[in-house]
Amino acid sequence: MIPDLGKYAAEVGLAYAVSLVLLAAIVGLSWRQSVIQRAALDAAEARKNG
Amino acid sequence: MSLWEYANPKRFMSWTAPVLPWAFGLAGLCLVTGLIWGFFFTPDDYRQGSTVKIIYLHVPSALMAINAWIMMLVASLIWLVRRHHVSALAAKAAAPVGITMTLIALMTGAIWGQPMWGTYWAWDPRLTSFLILFLFYLGYMALWAAIDDPDTAADLTSVLCMVGSVFALLSRYAVNFWNQGLHQGASLSLDKEENVADVFFQPLLLSIAGFVLLFFALVLLRTRTEIRSRRVRALQMRESRS
Repeated sequence: MIPDLGKYAAEVGLAYAVSLVLLAAIVGLSWRQSVIQRAALDAAEARKNG
Repeated sequence: MSLWEYANPKRFMSWTAPVLPWAFGLAGLCLVTGLIWGFFFTPDDYRQGSTVKIIYLHVPSALMAINAWIMMLVASLIWLVRRHHVSALAAKAAAPVGITMTLIALMTGAIWGQPMWGTYWAWDPRLTSFLILFLFYLGYMALWAAIDDPDTAADLTSVLCMVGSVFALLSRYAVNFWNQGLHQGASLSLDKEENVADVFFQPLLLSIAGFVLLFFALVLLRTRTEIRSRRVRALQMRESRS
């Protein structure tokens, strides 16, 4: 299944690993910040309303 | 209804809520399909060997690194001219996504450069302008973080964004007007004869679509977060006054 990458296997593997980690990090961080701010806004509006 | 009404924070939150899952879904689909196609089902290049597979990450991320800055420039100009808060927040939201794309482009380029050029780095016009663009992204984010008043921060970062646009444009066109350095010409061009072979081009297009959609989805998500954060701040200030 894994293609034969020949003598450049390390470089290609590293490029994909670094990129996927960075993409996962920005998606994960953005999602986490979104959840935190949504909870903070819900709490602030609950305090305001009652 | 005027187009500008979509930039009203309340209206922005309502139209982006149903769009967001579709944007993330389509981005994931294009990205996964493009990368799997490129990695598993395309041949090696006769000169570059298997390192040609890095193109599916390097070209889309470099493209988005520059386009993200251009998007920030447009949003900053809208802020300066029309004072739409959502446009300033969208520019702020795009910066961390843009710097991630820049970092991916720089790192994949360096990893590819070692076996192909014999060096991870060269002070070539395109590479250098890209590194400066990366530093501008850092400065832009630091400036937003350093200033408490959001309107002042939006004003100053907008000016910084205009200055940095010189390097964003240099990054794009450096290979065209500086015939020196190691970096080859543009991989994609409207002139079909200069493009990469179809066998690489089709998965590359899909991968580019994935990066564009992911950028769009992330900027929407992050802008919504910034709007909520601004609202929380306003409510807290109201609480502390009463």
